[in-house]
Amino acid sequence: MSTSFAAEINSVLAALILLTSFGLLVQRRIYGLLHIFAWQGLLLSISTAIVGYTAGLHHLYISALLTLTIKVIVLPYILYLLIHRLRIHKEVEDMINIPTTMLIGIILVILSYHLMSPIRELSTLVTRSTLAVALATVMLGLLMMITRKKAVTQIIGFLAMENGLFFAATSATYGMPLVIELGVALDILIAAFIFGIFFFQIRTTFETLDLKAMEKLKEEE
Amino acid sequence: MVIFALLGVNLISAIILAFQGDRRHAAELNILGSAATFAVSLALAFRVYEEGPFITGDGFFFVDAFNVYLCVLTAFVSMTTAVFSRKYMAHERKHGKVGHKGMRFYHAMFQVFIFAMLLALLTNNIGVLWIAMELATLSTVLLVSLYRTPAAVEAAWKYFILCGVGIAQALFGTVLLYFASEKIFGEGSKGLLWTNLSAVADKLEPTVLSLAFIFFMVGYGTKVGLVPLHNWLPDAHSEGPTPISAVLSGLLLNVALYALVRCKVLVDGATQSHMAGHIMMIFGLLSLLVASFSLLRQRDIKRLFAYSSIEHMGIATFAFGLGGPIATFGGLLHMLVHSLTKSSIFFTAGHASQMHSTQDMSGIGGLIKGNPLAGWGLMLGVIAIAGMPPFGVFTSEFLILTALIKEAPYIMPFFLLGIVVAFAALFRRVMPMVFGPAPSNQKAVKLAHLPVLVHLGLVLAIGLYLPAFLSDWFHMALKILIK
Repeated sequence: MSTSFAAEINSVLAALILLTSFGLLVQRRIYGLLHIFAWQGLLLSISTAIVGYTAGLHHLYISALLTLTIKVIVLPYILYLLIHRLRIHKEVEDMINIPTTMLIGIILVILSYHLMSPIRELSTLVTRSTLAVALATVMLGLLMMITRKKAVTQIIGFLAMENGLFFAATSATYGMPLVIELGVALDILIAAFIFGIFFFQIRTTFETLDLKAMEKLKEEE
Repeated sequence: MVIFALLGVNLISAIILAFQGDRRHAAELNILGSAATFAVSLALAFRVYEEGPFITGDGFFFVDAFNVYLCVLTAFVSMTTAVFSRKYMAHERKHGKVGHKGMRFYHAMFQVFIFAMLLALLTNNIGVLWIAMELATLSTVLLVSLYRTPAAVEAAWKYFILCGVGIAQALFGTVLLYFASEKIFGEGSKGLLWTNLSAVADKLEPTVLSLAFIFFMVGYGTKVGLVPLHNWLPDAHSEGPTPISAVLSGLLLNVALYALVRCKVLVDGATQSHMAGHIMMIFGLLSLLVASFSLLRQRDIKRLFAYSSIEHMGIATFAFGLGGPIATFGGLLHMLVHSLTKSSIFFTAGHASQMHSTQDMSGIGGLIKGNPLAGWGLMLGVIAIAGMPPFGVFTSEFLILTALIKEAPYIMPFFLLGIVVAFAALFRRVMPMVFGPAPSNQKAVKLAHLPVLVHLGLVLAIGLYLPAFLSDWFHMALKILIK
């Protein structure tokens, strides 16, 4: 596989990852969200493997495998179990202003390209053009966490942000050192257990997973 | 070796307490673990004092004057907090606020939290620093929701989400930093070691590092509790158990600021400008002003002192941003005295709310009659934290102010305004609680006075006379922070 061909495949994958980010932003059904999230993880894993192949860096295969296990299998499965156990799989989130959210999303993508343009100039890697997409994925995950009001969707937004960070590490530097990636993966797994416990705590205290119920703590006077 | 002992003690204590944490002697075990940590941290400090900074564990750990003083502080405050928590948590348990599992979880996570902070302080690797900061958040999230009240669950969720998002930005900053350093060091962990990076800081790409600093500022700034990223802090401090509020406020915020300052040193070296310092000054001053005016509106005693923590972290951030030897010295000293004072205030505030079964300040009164030591403890703590002489906070704030008048006199009025408003707001609230009439439901509670007395005594001693070894230490740290 020639370098330019690999770069092109990678750009296609980056575009698809960006597409899934927008998909997450507007998908209202919970299972739909879960599927898109798993797809995003799969695309990320393939992209990492391709970069590893073209750059001849074998530690990226381990990263790709790690992504595949955690982001495509373990986390969606844990979320699936939680959704099933909490019986919220039929819930549909009512969202207002989907066009506005999309518009803000597009502005964030443009902003990311603008922010990353000086860094693109400096980089010599084949993956340099995808760094802006990585930042955009982080920003869109953030936007999703702000606009959504359900605990499960906020968590998916959080995990999508982590996907963006991981993508940034592969596209800017061919991946962080393995120690760091393992540590980050461990942190994400601990976080997964914590939000699992949280869903039950929120459900038992508020009798819903809707965060609108949580507006008790405000500035008093 | 010392470092492994330091980190190992906490991990072993955590594992033992995970199984034994609800037994009769669990609290004593917790104290023992923390005391052992403190003893080892002292040994480490003596080594640094005698032999200077050193790198160990194949470059993985790095100990210098800057982090070793925070290590000793962390170990010390966690020890006194463990002493305080023995009687406090026994009271909470007697009143059915926590159960068996809760106690086990509480004790184990307390030790994991200390472990995470010490790891963050001691590691030389910027990536591991990030991982340890995240671990410190994760270990305290479920402690904030320990009481399972709606407000506690909400506060913990807010803490989890906001700090998770914040710290993710810091990871992006770390990626950018690695991107810049990879050009010099190539692949591998070498490019993330702080000692390596600071040696070649002037060769790092300035545009990348400036961008990275923005992400570090937002990321670690969220954990420091800087305005406008502070929303999680008052909630987490007011709803969690008081010993956790004390260590969050006294230690975690310091560690986050430490991470930020380490990054600033690298960015300063690369950009050869005051860009990072100016950003820190803006965030610091904004935090000081917003927090001191928010103090006026508080009703909950722990929320009040949480806002006071934001104010003081703002002052310290501002001092490091201002730069120069005097302000940086003031910032280092401020981190130390704020940590000691604020944790002692949280101890007495916890006692006060137990005596009156409420955290609402209008329900608390007559502390000085009900329990003179608690009353004086709170009063003196507030006098100290408001920056009155002869306490140590006065010394550090005075140093920062002196540097400010010299460097940027036009900012000085805003800085003073913040301090004065905070002073007024604190006294308006605290005077009735200490000297006002006692409500009828006031009851006697077994109190742990020793930690409060020790902390306030130390702050007073530092204010009256800065020991030579402490100022030597700070001077050694200054050499690292100012190039």
